[in-house]
Amino acid sequence: MPATEMPPLQSELNRQLVWVGFRQMVPIAMFVMVFGAAFGLAATQSSLDATWVVVMSTLVFAGAAQFATLDLWGPQVPILPLALTVFAINARHLLMGATLYPWLRHLPPAQRYGVMVVASDANWALAMQSFGRGQPGLGLLLGGGLALWLFWVLGTWLGTQVGDVIADGRRWGLDMVMGCFLLAMVVGGQKNLRMLVIWAVAASAALAAYRYLPENSHVVAGALAGGLLGVMWTEQSHER
Amino acid sequence: MSVETLGWGPLLIVTIMAVVTLATRWGGVFVMSFVPIGQRVRQFIAAMSGSVLVALLAPLAMQGDGGARLALATTAGVMLVLKKPLPAIAAGILAAAAFRQL
Repeated sequence: MPATEMPPLQSELNRQLVWVGFRQMVPIAMFVMVFGAAFGLAATQSSLDATWVVVMSTLVFAGAAQFATLDLWGPQVPILPLALTVFAINARHLLMGATLYPWLRHLPPAQRYGVMVVASDANWALAMQSFGRGQPGLGLLLGGGLALWLFWVLGTWLGTQVGDVIADGRRWGLDMVMGCFLLAMVVGGQKNLRMLVIWAVAASAALAAYRYLPENSHVVAGALAGGLLGVMWTEQSHER
Repeated sequence: MSVETLGWGPLLIVTIMAVVTLATRWGGVFVMSFVPIGQRVRQFIAAMSGSVLVALLAPLAMQGDGGARLALATTAGVMLVLKKPLPAIAAGILAAAAFRQL
């Protein structure tokens, strides 16, 4: 097998792998439900009708973008700022899709794009970690994504009904769940000097963009900086 | 141009949000289907995948309150020692909660 070829075995996707992915994501999805409830509460407080709030979580399924656009809701919603805000915050999905492509390309196009419908931070990170260990990951991507989606919608609905219960979630550290999860994925991944330098460059670029570039550009800036360094600095061997 | 939030207006707004989001989920895969995956592209992707996470987390660590920083530091520490995500995440959340009770 040439080094550039990802083994198709890792691209395996069947009912059992999806179910395993679903179950593996449930503990995290429970916390996502709390985020969902926080969103449901915030949205109804921004005078959105509960039905539309739930419809939004069902169809959009992108928490950060949904929160950010709440500021734009009023008697009228400006279309261009709305679309640009959603695009900027979700631009990281473009990178996720690109990083998944070496494995997704073994699937027929309908499955390839079907799986991506539920791609988000947590299930992408879990899938990439699994690929990094040489194991299949698309079941984690799809199954985990379905779990996140289900609990996100459920949480949103709960928030529109009994949101006051979780109004104090920040005090209990619940706002840190996703940050801690993503950090655990970083720390659990491949670690060597080359990777640490790449991460340091990515972090510096992200912070600089956060400070000096338009809002929400920091993820793309940091990721591209890290990626470019990765191209210039050739990997010597597969060290761990 | 703006959309009224009366009647069916919200459905149009939500649809626009959904379409833009779906475009970001599909766009990266679509573009990559025209790029031959060679050694350089593979290196770019591998370096970028960790960098996405680091770039997401960096402002959180820099701009967050003491509770946020303590949570991240705790998660990293526990993860390095135990190498299991769930205890690491739980410890991080507990650390943030404890810090914010003070």
